[in-house]
Amino acid sequence: MKNLKLSVFLIATIALCSCGSEGESERKTAKDFQREVEKKEVPESIKEGKGIGEIKQVELTDELDEAMIKVGKSIYDMKCASCHKLTDQRVVGPGFQGITNRRKPEWIMNMITNVDVMLEKDPTAQALLEECLTRMPNQNVSVGDARQILEFFRKNDLEMAGEKDKAI
Amino acid sequence: MDTKKMINYGLWMLLLPVFMSSCEQKDTKKVIEGNAAQQVYVEPGEYDEFYAFMSGGFSGQITAYGLPSGRLLREIPVFSQYPENGYGYSEETKPMFNTSYGFVPWDDSHHIELSQTKGEFDGRWLFVNGNNTPRIARIDLTTFETVEILEIPDVAGLHCAPFITENSEYLVSGTRFSVPIPQKDVPIETYKENFKGLINYVSVDPEHGHMELAFQIEMPGFNYDLARNGKAVSHGWSFLTTYNSEQAHSLLEVNASQKDKDLMAIINWKKAEQYMEEGRFTERQTSYFHNLMDESSGIVESEEKTLTKILNPKDCPDMVYFIPVPKSPHGCDVDPSGEYIVGNGKLSADMSVYSFSKIQKAIEEENFDGEIDGIPIINYEAGLHGILKKPGLGPLHTEFDDKGNAYTTFFISSEVVKWDVETKEILDRHATYYSPGHLVIPGGETRKPDGKYLVAMNKITKDRYLPTGPELAHSAQLFDISGDKMKLILDFPTKGEPHYAQAIKADKIMPNSKKFYNIEDNTHPHATLGEGKTRVERDGNDVHVYMTAMRSHLAPDNIEGFKVGDKVYFHLTNLEQDWDVPHGFAMQGATNAELLVMPGQTKTLLWEPKKVGVFAFYCTDFCSALHQEMSGYARVSPKGSDVKLKWGLNEELRSGQQAANEFYDQARANANATASNN
Ligand SMILES: [Cu+2]
Repeated sequence: MKNLKLSVFLIATIALCSCGSEGESERKTAKDFQREVEKKEVPESIKEGKGIGEIKQVELTDELDEAMIKVGKSIYDMKCASCHKLTDQRVVGPGFQGITNRRKPEWIMNMITNVDVMLEKDPTAQALLEECLTRMPNQNVSVGDARQILEFFRKNDLEMAGEKDKAI
Repeated sequence: MDTKKMINYGLWMLLLPVFMSSCEQKDTKKVIEGNAAQQVYVEPGEYDEFYAFMSGGFSGQITAYGLPSGRLLREIPVFSQYPENGYGYSEETKPMFNTSYGFVPWDDSHHIELSQTKGEFDGRWLFVNGNNTPRIARIDLTTFETVEILEIPDVAGLHCAPFITENSEYLVSGTRFSVPIPQKDVPIETYKENFKGLINYVSVDPEHGHMELAFQIEMPGFNYDLARNGKAVSHGWSFLTTYNSEQAHSLLEVNASQKDKDLMAIINWKKAEQYMEEGRFTERQTSYFHNLMDESSGIVESEEKTLTKILNPKDCPDMVYFIPVPKSPHGCDVDPSGEYIVGNGKLSADMSVYSFSKIQKAIEEENFDGEIDGIPIINYEAGLHGILKKPGLGPLHTEFDDKGNAYTTFFISSEVVKWDVETKEILDRHATYYSPGHLVIPGGETRKPDGKYLVAMNKITKDRYLPTGPELAHSAQLFDISGDKMKLILDFPTKGEPHYAQAIKADKIMPNSKKFYNIEDNTHPHATLGEGKTRVERDGNDVHVYMTAMRSHLAPDNIEGFKVGDKVYFHLTNLEQDWDVPHGFAMQGATNAELLVMPGQTKTLLWEPKKVGVFAFYCTDFCSALHQEMSGYARVSPKGSDVKLKWGLNEELRSGQQAANEFYDQARANANATASNN
């Protein structure tokens, strides 16, 4: 019994010591990734309705960019259309009609490019998850591509809802 | 003596005869000393330090384990069809099994070789041999997928393969069984006149890893067993153990063990390269297959090759030598400096260690004891660094650490023996449970071994784990070799017969590991890049279904117009672009397997409906909360009926849709209420 206690004590001491010596390996472990996510604090941008992510400010011109719309549509067709319709019909995810009238452009682009963190931190994104019950997948869309998708949404809103950009 | 001690003592006395009779040489339980458990414990959320790749022997596959935990990370299908993900069953991967013997969906995988640059593992590819139908496979370590298989012609039992040179210039292999070349109908008793052995050099393209049979060397009809290539000072040379220099063909266990010494073949492959350039080869018609996967489409192209180039030692002086090696050698291992070559005679009590510089000197001075078929035999003593006297029984394989020590497995006496390569002094020995074959030290075959761990791969497992009937998983045992004495710290079960393993620092593989396939780069001719493009097309009796998968539906999900006798090709594209979200596809009554399609990939399942009716298909990989709903129906009509092709996804409201809408309306109301409360 005495021996058992001693060995437990020893193991505990060793465990404590090894905990203290971090950075022995430069490899990122699963825990590190978790910590990184946890470290992030809720920023102002969420309160402003811009969501959270790389996109802080989007400048929009009133004139639509046809070249961007074309690319945006092709990305939508390949990566988004299986879950989102262009009308207001919800399928797996919400319909896109009127999205620029409901959400700020920064929010839309952050949701596309930073969906895991958005679902973790942004209350609007969380409410949508509760509604749809399927986590929006990370489709690995670049910021540049997200911008082109946004332009396509603006055009779609103009056609389907008669107005765009009402959420700015 | 108190009562407790007495009871213990009595118990021991009772148990003692049991131990002694069941296993003469050692205690079945080695009591683990010190902090062994802690040493192998990898905390949840932490990663292992090494990947260990073990061949699967008769399973035909490779398994990847983490060290020191012994966790099984992945089984990689190579030479055997694998229903778990449809490898070898999907239309894209079936050609991987094409050989000159036809479709061969199984093999016996043996030796793992990681690609090297400057004598160190570079973490790019993994090679392994198929022993039974001679072939060599390449696994891409960004995806852990088999991407290439090359058949080796005119050999039998490609056991001696695929040993790599220090810059992955070549994979060297030798035939285990000599055979008539070219194959012909001759009496087996004409072995000596008709049977030959080939040593094969497969080149590896440095950029893409593609393999090509560069040349073959025609050798006397011995059994070529194992090989290693030189490194550092001995780079440019290969060493191969041979047995059956008696050239017997029956009851080999007696007739091939007649001589006191067999021979080790020593090949100057730089010289062979030079002879190839000079055109000193002969060409021979033969047949072998080269199967290569296109990285962007995932489709395997299979090509039959019909020509091979042969170098004959008679026409190529200074290219091949022999040196005697103790009776029935198995292992052949080169130390990290490249100077010492260990030749293990299974049936000899002593081990011969050769010196590369002495071999070179003997060649220079033509210190030969005769020749066989024009191949000079170097004088045994002249090439010898020294003899390790009676180290144990049945030496098989040797690996090296970073401190000048060698570790040899002894099959018969069931132990690992540590010895000093320079002084040939025995330093330590440790029992294994039982009968170890190969052993591995991370980087133990390279110029830079990591002397932290050693894994012994044992052939006999009795009494190590809970019984599972007559068949048991083979046991691997992990030793800590960082100190003077070896310490056994873990047992773990393995798959198949892990024949050999190589282990590599995780840092060399992890950063390059692929997480998904970019859908933009998918060049599969039947890819469906977007749900809007899903469709069904008929071409005579062939029907092509262009289907997509996304959490949580397949599109289309209802298909009508199939007929009995059709060949239906389901081309499923996974539209996801996220790590670890494969989708599966299983069709009721399909006679092959399922598909498991990685994000961004397209794979094809062939289904030949034989009965009239409506049959279900579904996703097999639990992908989301609505995974169970990821399904659909295929309607099969009689042969010759005029039911038109029809497909769709939610084309019209069905009776269940009303309930679904109400459910979502309720969920939305709940969500809004929660949001406004916050
Ligand atoms: Cu699924």
